Amino acid sequence: MKDALNRLVARASEEDLLDVAYTTTDSPFGPLLLASTRKGLVRVGLPNQDSDELLVDLATRVSPRVLEAPAQLDEARRELDLYFTGELTEFDLPLDWRLSKDFRRRVLRGIARIPYGQTRSYTEMARSAGNERAVRAAGTACGSNPLPLVVPCHRVLRSGGALGGYGGGLPMKEGLLRLEGILDG
Amino acid sequence: MPPFQTLIDEHAGDVMAVCRGAVGRSDADDCFQETFIAALHAYPKLEDGRNLRGWLITIAHRKAIDHHRATGRRAVPVAEVAEVAVTDPEPSDEIWAVVGALPPKQRAAVTLRYASDLPHAEIAAALGCSPEAARRSLHEGIKRLRKELA
Repeated sequence: MKDALNRLVARASEEDLLDVAYTTTDSPFGPLLLASTRKGLVRVGLPNQDSDELLVDLATRVSPRVLEAPAQLDEARRELDLYFTGELTEFDLPLDWRLSKDFRRRVLRGIARIPYGQTRSYTEMARSAGNERAVRAAGTACGSNPLPLVVPCHRVLRSGGALGGYGGGLPMKEGLLRLEGILDG
Repeated sequence: MPPFQTLIDEHAGDVMAVCRGAVGRSDADDCFQETFIAALHAYPKLEDGRNLRGWLITIAHRKAIDHHRATGRRAVPVAEVAEVAVTDPEPSDEIWAVVGALPPKQRAAVTLRYASDLPHAEIAAALGCSPEAARRSLHEGIKRLRKELA
Protein backbone atom coordinates (compact mmCIF):
# COMPACT_ATOMS: atom_id res chain seq x y z
CA MET A 1 0.00 0.00 0.00
CA LYS A 2 2.88 2.34 0.79
CA ASP A 3 4.30 1.90 -2.74
CA ALA A 4 0.88 2.57 -4.23
CA LEU A 5 0.60 5.79 -2.21
CA ASN A 6 4.10 6.92 -3.19
CA ARG A 7 3.30 6.33 -6.85
CA LEU A 8 0.08 8.27 -6.43
CA VAL A 9 1.83 11.33 -4.99
CA ALA A 10 4.51 11.20 -7.72
CA ARG A 11 1.85 11.02 -10.42
CA ALA A 12 -0.25 13.78 -8.85
CA SER A 13 2.80 15.98 -8.91
CA GLU A 14 3.62 15.11 -12.55
CA GLU A 15 0.06 15.82 -13.62
CA ASP A 16 0.03 19.15 -11.79
CA LEU A 17 -2.65 18.02 -9.33
CA LEU A 18 -0.61 18.75 -6.20
CA ASP A 19 -1.59 22.23 -5.02
CA VAL A 20 -0.34 22.01 -1.44
CA ALA A 21 2.46 19.62 -0.43
CA TYR A 22 3.24 19.11 3.24
CA THR A 23 5.42 17.19 5.61
CA THR A 24 6.45 17.30 9.24
CA THR A 25 10.03 17.64 10.41
CA ASP A 26 11.74 17.50 13.79
CA SER A 27 13.21 20.54 15.50
CA PRO A 28 14.76 21.12 18.92
CA PHE A 29 11.39 22.59 19.95
CA GLY A 30 9.22 19.72 18.64
CA PRO A 31 7.70 18.77 15.27
CA LEU A 32 7.16 21.47 12.65
CA LEU A 33 4.62 21.34 9.84
CA LEU A 34 5.95 22.57 6.48
CA ALA A 35 3.63 23.26 3.54
CA SER A 36 4.41 24.57 0.07
CA THR A 37 2.66 25.49 -3.15
CA ARG A 38 4.14 25.74 -6.65
CA LYS A 39 5.30 29.24 -5.69
CA GLY A 40 7.13 28.29 -2.54
CA LEU A 41 6.83 27.73 1.17
CA VAL A 42 3.36 28.85 2.23
CA ARG A 43 3.02 27.75 5.87
CA VAL A 44 5.21 26.76 8.79
CA GLY A 45 3.35 25.27 11.76
CA LEU A 46 5.05 25.48 15.15
CA PRO A 47 5.07 22.57 17.63
CA ASN A 48 2.26 23.97 19.78
CA GLN A 49 -0.04 24.49 16.78
CA ASP A 50 -2.53 21.83 15.71
CA SER A 51 -1.35 20.39 12.37
CA ASP A 52 -4.79 19.08 11.42
CA GLU A 53 -6.29 22.52 11.89
CA LEU A 54 -3.52 24.12 9.83
CA LEU A 55 -4.14 21.62 7.00
CA VAL A 56 -7.89 22.27 7.05
CA ASP A 57 -7.12 26.00 6.90
CA LEU A 58 -4.83 25.44 3.88
CA ALA A 59 -7.51 23.30 2.20
CA THR A 60 -9.99 26.15 2.66
CA ARG A 61 -7.78 29.11 1.81
CA VAL A 62 -5.44 27.68 -0.84
CA SER A 63 -6.82 24.44 -2.34
CA PRO A 64 -8.30 21.17 -1.03
CA ARG A 65 -5.71 19.28 -3.11
CA VAL A 66 -3.46 18.88 -0.07
CA LEU A 67 -1.15 15.87 -0.07
CA GLU A 68 1.60 14.61 2.17
CA ALA A 69 4.63 14.88 -0.12
CA PRO A 70 7.87 15.11 1.88
CA ALA A 71 10.17 15.24 -1.15
CA GLN A 72 8.69 18.59 -2.19
CA LEU A 73 9.95 20.08 1.08
CA ASP A 74 13.47 18.66 1.14
CA GLU A 75 15.17 22.03 0.70
CA ALA A 76 13.11 23.78 3.39
CA ARG A 77 13.81 20.92 5.78
CA ARG A 78 17.54 21.02 4.99
CA GLU A 79 17.79 24.77 5.62
CA LEU A 80 15.81 24.58 8.86
CA ASP A 81 18.06 21.75 10.13
CA LEU A 82 21.11 23.91 9.44
CA TYR A 83 19.49 26.93 11.09
CA PHE A 84 18.88 24.97 14.30
CA THR A 85 22.51 23.85 14.44
CA GLY A 86 23.64 27.47 13.96
CA GLU A 87 25.19 26.77 10.54
CA LEU A 88 22.73 28.82 8.52
CA THR A 89 21.95 32.48 9.18
CA GLU A 90 19.91 33.36 6.12
CA PHE A 91 17.19 31.30 4.49
CA ASP A 92 17.18 31.10 0.73
CA LEU A 93 13.74 29.66 0.01
CA PRO A 94 11.05 30.80 -2.41
CA LEU A 95 8.09 32.02 -0.34
CA ASP A 96 4.39 32.13 -1.17
CA TRP A 97 2.95 35.17 0.66
CA ARG A 98 -0.69 34.54 -0.22
CA LEU A 99 -1.82 33.90 3.36
CA SER A 100 -1.10 37.48 4.45
CA LYS A 101 -2.49 40.64 2.88
CA ASP A 102 -1.94 44.40 2.73
CA PHE A 103 -0.49 45.97 5.88
CA ARG A 104 0.24 42.61 7.49
CA ARG A 105 2.13 41.45 4.44
CA ARG A 106 4.19 44.66 4.42
CA VAL A 107 5.05 44.14 8.09
CA LEU A 108 6.06 40.52 7.44
CA ARG A 109 8.18 41.46 4.42
CA GLY A 110 9.95 43.97 6.67
CA ILE A 111 10.52 41.27 9.29
CA ALA A 112 11.98 38.99 6.63
CA ARG A 113 14.76 41.57 6.19
CA ILE A 114 15.82 41.73 9.88
CA PRO A 115 19.32 40.19 9.90
CA TYR A 116 20.20 37.12 11.95
CA GLY A 117 21.15 37.97 15.53
CA GLN A 118 19.46 41.40 15.51
CA THR A 119 16.15 42.62 16.86
CA ARG A 120 13.64 45.34 16.03
CA SER A 121 10.69 46.79 17.95
CA TYR A 122 7.02 46.49 16.97
CA THR A 123 7.08 50.29 16.51
CA GLU A 124 9.95 50.05 14.02
CA MET A 125 8.10 47.37 12.08
CA ALA A 126 4.93 49.49 12.00
CA ARG A 127 6.97 52.44 10.68
CA SER A 128 8.73 50.39 7.99
CA ALA A 129 5.33 49.13 6.83
CA GLY A 130 4.20 52.73 6.37
CA ASN A 131 2.17 53.47 9.51
CA GLU A 132 4.13 54.26 12.63
CA ARG A 133 1.03 54.51 14.78
CA ALA A 134 -0.22 51.02 13.89
CA VAL A 135 1.97 49.35 16.52
CA ARG A 136 -0.81 47.09 17.70
CA ALA A 137 -1.58 46.04 14.12
CA ALA A 138 2.11 45.29 13.61
CA GLY A 139 1.93 43.06 16.70
CA THR A 140 -1.09 41.30 15.23
CA ALA A 141 0.79 40.81 11.96
CA CYS A 142 3.62 39.11 13.86
CA GLY A 143 1.11 36.97 15.74
CA SER A 144 -0.53 35.84 12.50
CA ASN A 145 2.77 35.17 10.71
CA PRO A 146 2.12 32.12 8.48
CA LEU A 147 5.87 31.57 8.01
CA PRO A 148 7.50 31.75 11.46
CA LEU A 149 11.26 30.98 11.70
CA VAL A 150 11.77 31.69 7.98
CA VAL A 151 10.13 35.11 8.44
CA PRO A 152 11.81 35.67 11.81
CA CYS A 153 9.09 37.31 13.91
CA HIS A 154 10.97 36.09 16.99
CA ARG A 155 13.40 38.98 16.29
CA VAL A 156 10.68 41.54 17.04
CA LEU A 157 10.53 42.71 20.69
CA ARG A 158 8.73 45.40 22.67
CA SER A 159 10.24 48.88 22.59
CA GLY A 160 11.65 48.58 26.14
CA GLY A 161 13.27 45.24 25.27
CA ALA A 162 10.54 43.05 26.80
CA LEU A 163 10.00 39.87 24.79
CA GLY A 164 6.39 40.49 23.72
CA GLY A 165 4.51 37.41 22.51
CA TYR A 166 5.18 34.43 20.25
CA GLY A 167 2.86 32.06 18.39
CA GLY A 168 5.04 29.14 19.40
CA GLY A 169 5.07 30.16 23.07
CA LEU A 170 7.56 32.36 24.93
CA PRO A 171 10.01 29.56 25.81
CA MET A 172 10.49 28.94 22.08
CA LYS A 173 11.04 32.66 21.42
CA GLU A 174 13.65 32.72 24.19
CA GLY A 175 15.27 29.59 22.79
CA LEU A 176 15.53 31.11 19.31
CA LEU A 177 16.96 34.37 20.68
CA ARG A 178 19.55 32.35 22.60
CA LEU A 179 20.38 30.33 19.49
CA GLU A 180 21.08 33.57 17.63
CA GLY A 181 23.14 34.99 20.51
CA ILE A 182 20.66 37.77 21.28
CA LEU A 183 19.95 36.43 24.76
CA ASP A 184 22.67 35.01 26.96
CA GLY A 185 22.63 31.46 28.14
CA MET B 1 -13.77 20.10 1.77
CA PRO B 2 -11.20 18.38 3.99
CA PRO B 3 -7.56 18.14 2.83
CA PHE B 4 -7.40 15.42 0.16
CA GLN B 5 -4.84 13.54 2.26
CA THR B 6 -7.64 12.84 4.76
CA LEU B 7 -9.53 10.91 2.05
CA ILE B 8 -6.42 8.87 1.31
CA ASP B 9 -5.76 8.18 5.00
CA GLU B 10 -9.33 7.09 5.65
CA HIS B 11 -10.40 5.35 2.46
CA ALA B 12 -7.35 4.09 0.54
CA GLY B 13 -7.82 0.61 2.04
CA ASP B 14 -11.46 0.40 0.94
CA VAL B 15 -10.66 1.69 -2.56
CA MET B 16 -7.87 -0.88 -2.92
CA ALA B 17 -10.24 -3.64 -1.77
CA VAL B 18 -12.87 -2.61 -4.33
CA CYS B 19 -10.21 -2.52 -7.08
CA ARG B 20 -8.90 -5.96 -6.13
CA GLY B 21 -12.42 -7.35 -6.13
CA ALA B 22 -13.32 -5.77 -9.44
CA VAL B 23 -10.19 -6.23 -11.60
CA GLY B 24 -8.09 -8.76 -9.69
CA ARG B 25 -4.94 -8.40 -7.67
CA SER B 26 -2.49 -7.89 -10.54
CA ASP B 27 -4.30 -4.88 -12.02
CA ALA B 28 -5.62 -3.47 -8.76
CA ASP B 29 -2.84 -0.91 -8.43
CA ASP B 30 -3.64 0.64 -11.83
CA CYS B 31 -7.30 0.87 -10.90
CA PHE B 32 -6.34 2.41 -7.53
CA GLN B 33 -4.10 5.04 -9.18
CA GLU B 34 -6.72 5.91 -11.81
CA THR B 35 -9.36 6.26 -9.12
CA PHE B 36 -7.43 8.69 -6.93
CA ILE B 37 -6.09 10.69 -9.89
CA ALA B 38 -9.64 11.10 -11.22
CA ALA B 39 -10.79 12.05 -7.72
CA LEU B 40 -8.01 14.67 -7.44
CA HIS B 41 -9.08 16.16 -10.77
CA ALA B 42 -12.69 16.49 -9.65
CA TYR B 43 -12.19 17.30 -5.96
CA PRO B 44 -11.99 21.13 -5.99
CA LYS B 45 -15.33 21.29 -7.83
CA LEU B 46 -17.10 18.64 -5.76
CA GLU B 47 -20.14 20.25 -4.18
CA ASP B 48 -21.40 17.63 -1.77
CA GLY B 49 -18.81 16.29 0.67
CA ARG B 50 -21.19 14.25 2.81
CA ASN B 51 -20.27 10.82 1.48
CA LEU B 52 -16.70 10.98 0.25
CA ARG B 53 -16.22 7.24 0.73
CA GLY B 54 -19.20 6.46 -1.51
CA TRP B 55 -17.94 8.99 -4.05
CA LEU B 56 -14.49 7.33 -4.18
CA ILE B 57 -15.98 3.84 -4.42
CA THR B 58 -18.23 4.90 -7.29
CA ILE B 59 -15.18 6.27 -9.13
CA ALA B 60 -13.32 3.01 -8.43
CA HIS B 61 -16.16 1.06 -10.01
CA ARG B 62 -16.18 3.28 -13.05
CA LYS B 63 -12.42 2.79 -13.41
CA ALA B 64 -12.85 -0.97 -13.04
CA ILE B 65 -15.46 -0.95 -15.80
CA ASP B 66 -13.11 1.12 -18.01
CA HIS B 67 -10.43 -1.43 -17.31
CA HIS B 68 -12.64 -4.37 -18.27
CA ARG B 69 -13.70 -2.56 -21.43
CA ALA B 70 -10.14 -1.78 -22.41
CA THR B 71 -8.68 -5.20 -21.85
CA GLY B 72 -11.58 -7.54 -22.36
CA ARG B 73 -11.21 -10.57 -20.16
CA ARG B 74 -7.57 -11.48 -19.89
CA ALA B 75 -6.31 -14.64 -18.30
CA VAL B 76 -4.57 -13.93 -15.02
CA PRO B 77 -1.24 -15.79 -14.89
CA VAL B 78 -0.91 -18.06 -11.86
CA ALA B 79 1.85 -20.42 -10.75
CA GLU B 80 -0.40 -23.41 -10.29
CA VAL B 81 -3.86 -24.16 -11.38
CA ALA B 82 -5.97 -25.30 -8.48
CA GLU B 83 -7.74 -28.57 -9.17
CA VAL B 84 -11.03 -27.68 -7.63
CA ALA B 85 -14.33 -27.17 -9.29
CA VAL B 86 -15.13 -23.54 -9.88
CA THR B 87 -18.56 -22.99 -8.46
CA ASP B 88 -18.81 -19.25 -8.94
CA PRO B 89 -17.41 -18.38 -12.37
CA GLU B 90 -16.43 -14.82 -13.05
CA PRO B 91 -18.69 -12.95 -15.42
CA SER B 92 -17.84 -13.48 -19.07
CA ASP B 93 -16.85 -10.86 -21.62
CA GLU B 94 -20.36 -10.86 -22.88
CA ILE B 95 -21.78 -9.99 -19.48
CA TRP B 96 -19.30 -7.15 -18.97
CA ALA B 97 -20.12 -5.82 -22.41
CA VAL B 98 -23.83 -5.82 -21.61
CA VAL B 99 -23.26 -4.33 -18.15
CA GLY B 100 -21.13 -1.64 -19.76
CA ALA B 101 -23.98 -0.78 -22.13
CA LEU B 102 -26.51 -0.17 -19.35
CA PRO B 103 -27.53 3.43 -18.61
CA PRO B 104 -25.07 4.93 -16.06
CA LYS B 105 -27.26 4.69 -12.93
CA GLN B 106 -28.29 1.09 -13.63
CA ARG B 107 -24.72 0.13 -14.48
CA ALA B 108 -23.41 1.67 -11.26
CA ALA B 109 -26.13 0.05 -9.15
CA VAL B 110 -25.51 -3.39 -10.67
CA THR B 111 -21.72 -3.25 -10.24
CA LEU B 112 -21.91 -1.81 -6.73
CA ARG B 113 -24.30 -4.57 -5.73
CA TYR B 114 -22.69 -7.56 -7.39
CA ALA B 115 -19.02 -6.66 -7.84
CA SER B 116 -18.51 -5.27 -4.37
CA ASP B 117 -21.47 -6.47 -2.34
CA LEU B 118 -22.66 -3.09 -1.15
CA PRO B 119 -26.07 -3.03 0.57
CA HIS B 120 -28.86 -0.91 -0.93
CA ALA B 121 -28.37 1.92 1.54
CA GLU B 122 -24.69 2.29 0.58
CA ILE B 123 -25.47 2.08 -3.13
CA ALA B 124 -28.01 4.85 -2.60
CA ALA B 125 -25.42 6.95 -0.77
CA ALA B 126 -22.81 6.35 -3.47
CA LEU B 127 -25.25 7.31 -6.23
CA GLY B 128 -26.67 10.23 -4.27
CA CYS B 129 -30.26 8.96 -4.47
CA SER B 130 -32.82 7.38 -2.12
CA PRO B 131 -32.56 3.67 -1.25
CA GLU B 132 -35.86 3.22 -3.10
CA ALA B 133 -34.42 4.78 -6.27
CA ALA B 134 -31.25 2.66 -5.90
CA ARG B 135 -33.39 -0.47 -5.61
CA ARG B 136 -35.30 0.58 -8.71
CA SER B 137 -32.11 1.20 -10.74
CA LEU B 138 -30.77 -2.16 -9.63
CA HIS B 139 -34.02 -3.90 -10.53
CA GLU B 140 -34.23 -2.22 -13.95
CA GLY B 141 -30.58 -3.03 -14.60
CA ILE B 142 -31.00 -6.70 -13.78
CA LYS B 143 -34.19 -6.94 -15.81
CA ARG B 144 -32.39 -5.52 -18.80
CA LEU B 145 -29.39 -7.84 -18.32
CA ARG B 146 -31.69 -10.87 -18.21
CA LYS B 147 -33.37 -9.76 -21.41
CA GLU B 148 -30.13 -9.02 -23.24
CA LEU B 149 -28.48 -12.25 -22.18
CA ALA B 150 -31.47 -14.52 -22.62
